[in-house]
Amino acid sequence: MTEYEIVIGLEVHAQVLTDSKVFCGCSTEFGASPNEHTCPICLGLPGTLPVLNKKTVEYTIKTGLAMNCDIAEFSKFDRKNYFYPDLPKAYQISQYDMPLCKNGYIEFWVNGEKKRVGINRIHLEEDAGKLVHAGSIAESQYSFADYNRSGIALMEIVSEPDIHSPEEARLYLNELKKILEYLEVSDCNMEEGSLRCDANISLRPVGTVTFGTKAEVKNLNSFRAVQRALEFEAERQADLLREGGKVIQETRHWDESKGITIPLRSKEEAHDYRYFPESDVPPLVIKDSWVDEIKRGLPELPAVKRARFVNEYGIPEQDVEVLTETKAMADFFEECVKDYNEPKTVSNWLIGEFLRLLNAEGIEIKESKVTSRHLAGMLKLIKDGTISGKIAKTVFEEIFKTGKTAEIVVKEKGLVQITDEDAINDVVDKVISENPGAVEDLKAGKNKAIGFLVGQVMKETRGRANPQLVNEILRKRLL
Amino acid sequence: MVKRILSSKRQTMKNTIDINTVKRMAFLSRLEISDSEAKEFSLQLSETLNYVHKLNELDTEDIEPTIHVLPLKNVLREDKVRPSLTQERALMNASCKEDGYFKVPKIVE
Repeated sequence: MTEYEIVIGLEVHAQVLTDSKVFCGCSTEFGASPNEHTCPICLGLPGTLPVLNKKTVEYTIKTGLAMNCDIAEFSKFDRKNYFYPDLPKAYQISQYDMPLCKNGYIEFWVNGEKKRVGINRIHLEEDAGKLVHAGSIAESQYSFADYNRSGIALMEIVSEPDIHSPEEARLYLNELKKILEYLEVSDCNMEEGSLRCDANISLRPVGTVTFGTKAEVKNLNSFRAVQRALEFEAERQADLLREGGKVIQETRHWDESKGITIPLRSKEEAHDYRYFPESDVPPLVIKDSWVDEIKRGLPELPAVKRARFVNEYGIPEQDVEVLTETKAMADFFEECVKDYNEPKTVSNWLIGEFLRLLNAEGIEIKESKVTSRHLAGMLKLIKDGTISGKIAKTVFEEIFKTGKTAEIVVKEKGLVQITDEDAINDVVDKVISENPGAVEDLKAGKNKAIGFLVGQVMKETRGRANPQLVNEILRKRLL
Repeated sequence: MVKRILSSKRQTMKNTIDINTVKRMAFLSRLEISDSEAKEFSLQLSETLNYVHKLNELDTEDIEPTIHVLPLKNVLREDKVRPSLTQERALMNASCKEDGYFKVPKIVE
């Protein structure tokens, strides 16, 4: 698609990680029975008075600071009015013209180039309830409303239309999620709905500045879905424009299984939310001292950490990318390096074996039994020759399974490396007599044969022989 | 009473809220109204609005917009969980319920 430029803006809703809802004391815990976490306030019963949760304001400001935003000195809430059964009050308390944060940006790398995407605004609002349907939505006669989610705090993070490809959109979301996780202001669990994304996309002829007509794409349940839906939508719009057609401004639904977007019959001919100030929630005056206090609590952010890992530990950038993917992994790395000061080795084990096992089990680093001490302890055993690097994989798997220390695993399984020359010589005798062909090959100058013979000795000793020593002995004996 | 006073002036008032606006507001509010009602409400709403327009005579150049009627700010609570209603209590007044849910007519998007 060379004749059109893609213009994308993303709206992300992130659940703010609090124990109680934004305007009442109901629990935010996921997975309760329907309507168990509700009260007169989040059910929208008449005569109730919402009281704002302080932490939701602080977490939103914290996010704004991490995304280089201006923090409002004065902010207020507004009512967004619409009639739908997921909204018991028939309005959502949100922020219209005075959001908590404005004019920020985040930066990330796209194919080796630094990309900056503007953040238009970040505001705080309450979530709506959840509607479920018996059977398929088409057959069902009723909707069933569960208001446990109603009133849970959400941050809406709105980007500028600075994103110019579906891939950039995915990378933007990836960085945004990482920032939220590092800040510990949202757990960003897309399956539980704590991170949701809507995308606006339009095309314009390359070289022009006027925006084309945009479509809004909803139901994007994973970062992959965002990229795929935008790829489809860009093609669809380009085809339309090439044929001289027009893009209609509408909301479209991403159908994951078919891989297409379809127009959503709009519930209202046009959105008209009739915003007006929320008279039940007094405005916020945010003093510099409050913002400064929040600023002091900011952790090291992903971009800064990445740069530091490259400089301080001399780790290649691609590896740092994996190592800092989660804060838990980055912290694990640094803790481990304190105990075993060979960053590259530690990094290789983390992004190699450890990540492989975590992925195979489908668990997070925090859920694993392995601690940084465990790994450091095992690396020390490799270094002092107690175990071979090859056997270490077996040891590590056992640590991963049982949570035992490397010393104990090695002792229990009898995995101590054999460095005694006599013991190795005995095995070498056996291997030489059993593999005359390979021995002939080696003597005839086929160097590859040595590898085979070393392998046979390792096999006989169940990986416990010191491979360098085996190599030396074989060479001494046969060459 | 008010209605009668306003009605008596009806002929002299300008229609600031036309019938289409009334119909649109009714649609947004999910209210069903007849054409004659739309006409009636158009006149009534216009009269009310015209009456309030008198305030436009005041010079509000240097007055900050009122965002909240009380001199309150930063009314905040700590992030503490408090007991919710039980499911039974939450659904107590619902006219239609099933399996712990509020049951409502399906709204087709």
